[in-house]
Amino acid sequence: MATLKELSKVEERFVGGHRLCAGCGHGITVRMILNAAEGSNVVVGCATGCLEVASTIYPYTAWKCSFIHNAFENAGATISGVEAAYRALKKKGKVKEDFKFIAFGGDGGTYDIGLQSLSGAMERGHNIVYVCLDNEAYMNTGIQRSSATPTGADTTTSPAGKVIPGKQQPRKDLTAIMAAHNIPYVAQTAINNWQDVHKKAKKALEVEGPAFINVLSPCPRGWRYNTPDIVEITKLAVETRFWPLFEVENGKWKLNYKPKKYVPIEEFLKPQGRFRHLFKPGNEHLIKAIQEEVDSRWLALLERCGETPELPPR
Amino acid sequence: MKTKVALTGNEAVAQAMKQINPDVVAAYPITPQTEIVQIFSSFVANGEVDTEFVAVESEHSAMSAAIGAAAGGARAMTATSSQGLALMFEVVYIAASLRLPIVFPVVNRALSGPINIHCDHSDAMGLRDSGVIQLFSENAQEAYDNMIQAVRIAEHPDVRLPVMVNMDGFITSHAMDVLEVLDDETVKNFVGTYVPEDYLLDAQNPISMGNFDMYDFYFEHKRQQVEAMKAAKEVIKEVGKEFAKISGREYGLIESYKLEDADVAVVVLNSAAGTAKGVADELRAKGIKAGVLKPRVYRPFPQEEIREALKGVKAVAVMDRAETFSTCGGPMFADIRNTLYDLKNDIKVVNYIYGLGGRDLRLEHVQQVFEDLENIRKTGRVDETVKYLGLRE
Repeated sequence: MATLKELSKVEERFVGGHRLCAGCGHGITVRMILNAAEGSNVVVGCATGCLEVASTIYPYTAWKCSFIHNAFENAGATISGVEAAYRALKKKGKVKEDFKFIAFGGDGGTYDIGLQSLSGAMERGHNIVYVCLDNEAYMNTGIQRSSATPTGADTTTSPAGKVIPGKQQPRKDLTAIMAAHNIPYVAQTAINNWQDVHKKAKKALEVEGPAFINVLSPCPRGWRYNTPDIVEITKLAVETRFWPLFEVENGKWKLNYKPKKYVPIEEFLKPQGRFRHLFKPGNEHLIKAIQEEVDSRWLALLERCGETPELPPR
Repeated sequence: MKTKVALTGNEAVAQAMKQINPDVVAAYPITPQTEIVQIFSSFVANGEVDTEFVAVESEHSAMSAAIGAAAGGARAMTATSSQGLALMFEVVYIAASLRLPIVFPVVNRALSGPINIHCDHSDAMGLRDSGVIQLFSENAQEAYDNMIQAVRIAEHPDVRLPVMVNMDGFITSHAMDVLEVLDDETVKNFVGTYVPEDYLLDAQNPISMGNFDMYDFYFEHKRQQVEAMKAAKEVIKEVGKEFAKISGREYGLIESYKLEDADVAVVVLNSAAGTAKGVADELRAKGIKAGVLKPRVYRPFPQEEIREALKGVKAVAVMDRAETFSTCGGPMFADIRNTLYDLKNDIKVVNYIYGLGGRDLRLEHVQQVFEDLENIRKTGRVDETVKYLGLRE
C-alpha cells in the first residue's frame, strides 16, 4: 500500500484547469482512481455529465491520458469497443504497449440510462474498470432525481412540495446488481477513506476481466451542504451506514468497514439542504422510515458478508 | 482471380466482411440482417478471420462499441436493419462527427409501426442527414462490391466518414443470386491496412475525443463534415475506377440506364432499379424512349451528375420506397426536384411512393409509371404530383 506522500508524487493524469465546481467529489475521485493506475497507459471513457462537460471543453482537455466521450448512455459499450480494439491490435503487433481501460459515469449515466450498456459490457467480460461517480441525482442538468437518489431527497423532479415530501422511492442497489453479474471484482467505496479507494482501484485494475466500483461523490450544489465539508459529509454517509464500504471479490462479499457506534441517519441528513424539509415538525415519521431502510439494508449486507446481522447499540 | 458463385445478399456481404477481415465487429441480430452476424460469427469461431467479435446487447451498443474500436485505431464494422438503425440513430451522428471510418451494411427494412419485417427504405432515409455516406445496391453483386469499396472510401484521408451500405431486405438479402467474388488476396490488397491518424491507443500521443464543443467551434466542425462529404464524391469515383481494375465492374455516383436519348425516366434506388430497367427495355422495343437513373450514392447527393443525366428528359418519375409525411412526397423526390429546378427547362417531375412494408413492386406498376410519364410528356400536364403504387385506396 502506497503512502499518501508517495501517491502525491504520482504524475497526475487529470489536471487543473477543468471547470468542475469547487468541492466537487468527481475531481477527487478521478484523481484517486487514476493514481492507482500508476505506471500503465490508460484510456478513459466517460459518459455525458458533469465530469465530461467540465473537463473537455474544446479545444482544451484536462486529461493527459487518452480520453473518449461518446454519449450519455453508452460509456460501457464505448470502452468495451476500445478494449476490443486493443486486443485486436495487440494481437497483430500494431499496439505494443499495455493499456488499462477505465470508464467513468455519473449515477444518471450508470444506474439509469446507461445500465443496459454497462450490464452488457460486464457480461461480455471485457478487461475494463467501470467507476460510477454517484452524486445521487442528475446534477449536470440541474439536480433531477435518479434511481440513485435516496428516499426523501428534494430534487427538481422530486421536489419537496406541500403534499409530496421529496423522493418517494428507495434508491436502487446498483452495487448488488453489478455483483449479480458474477464478475471478478465489485466494490463500493467513498472518498473520505482514501486508502479504501486506492486499494479497491488497484484491485479492480489488476483483476483479469471486468470490475465495477461505486464511489459516493458528494455534490455541494445538489446536496446543499457547506462546500468545504465534503470529506465530513462523506464520512457521515459511511458512519451512519447509509453508504457501507464493501467489496465482492470472485463472488465473495466482504465488509471493509464497520462503524463502531450507532450514528443515527439524522447526522447525515441534517447538514444537507436537500433533506431540510424532513426536519419540519410532523415529519418525524419520514426520518424514521429512512432510518428503517438504512438499518434493514445494513443487516442484509452483514448477512451477505457472513457477519452477525446486528446493529451497534443505540 | 474471379469466381462465379451463387450467394444470397447476406452471404455476399458476410463474404466481403470476411475478406476485409476487420479488426473489430460489434453487432446485434435483427431481421433481415441477422444472417450477416451469424455467418460472420462462424468465421470468427472457425478462425477464418482475425476479428474481435463483440456480441453486444443492442444496436445502440453495437455502434457505440464500433465507435470505441474505431477511435482506438481499429478497422471496425457493424451491421443492422430497421429498428436497429433507429436505435443507433444517436450514435451514427457521433460516429460521423468523430470522423470514424466505420463501414456498416444496412439491410433495408420498414420502420415500426406497425411492426413489419419487410423491405422499404424508411430506415436508411431516417439517417440521410446524419453525415454518413450512403451507398445503395441493386443486387448481391453490388452489395458485395460496395462493401469492399466502402472501406477505401471511408478510410480515405480526405473523407474519414462512416459508410452505410444498403441493400433491400429479403429481396436482395435472402434471394439467391449469381455473382462474381474476388479472391481473398485481391481484396486484402485492395482494402490495404488501416492507418489511423489520431487514435486512443497511440501511447506516445494521448488524445481527447468527443469533447464538449460550444458555439465557438461546433459550427466549424459541422462545416468540415460538409467538406468531407464533398471530397467523398471524388473519392468514390476514384475508388470505383480502381475497383474496375480488379473486378471489371466500374462504379460511379449514379448509374444511367438508356438516358442518353430518353424522353421519360424513372429514378429509383436499390433492387427496384432492376425491375425498372426491365420495363424500360420492353418499352424501348415499342419505340418509347424510356430510361432509368439509379443513384448508387444517396449521401452525398450526386446533384451535378443527376442534373447532367436528366437534362434532356421531358418527364421524370421519382420512385420513393419511404414516406416523409410532409404530404409533399418522398425524400428522394424533394432532392431530385430541387436538383432539376436550376435547369429552368420545365422538366415535369412526379413522385411515386411504392413498396412500403415490403409491398411487391410489379412490372405493371412500373409500366403504369412510364405510361403516366408519356401522358405528361404529350399533354404537358401533371394531374397529380404524388401517387401511390400498388396501394388499395
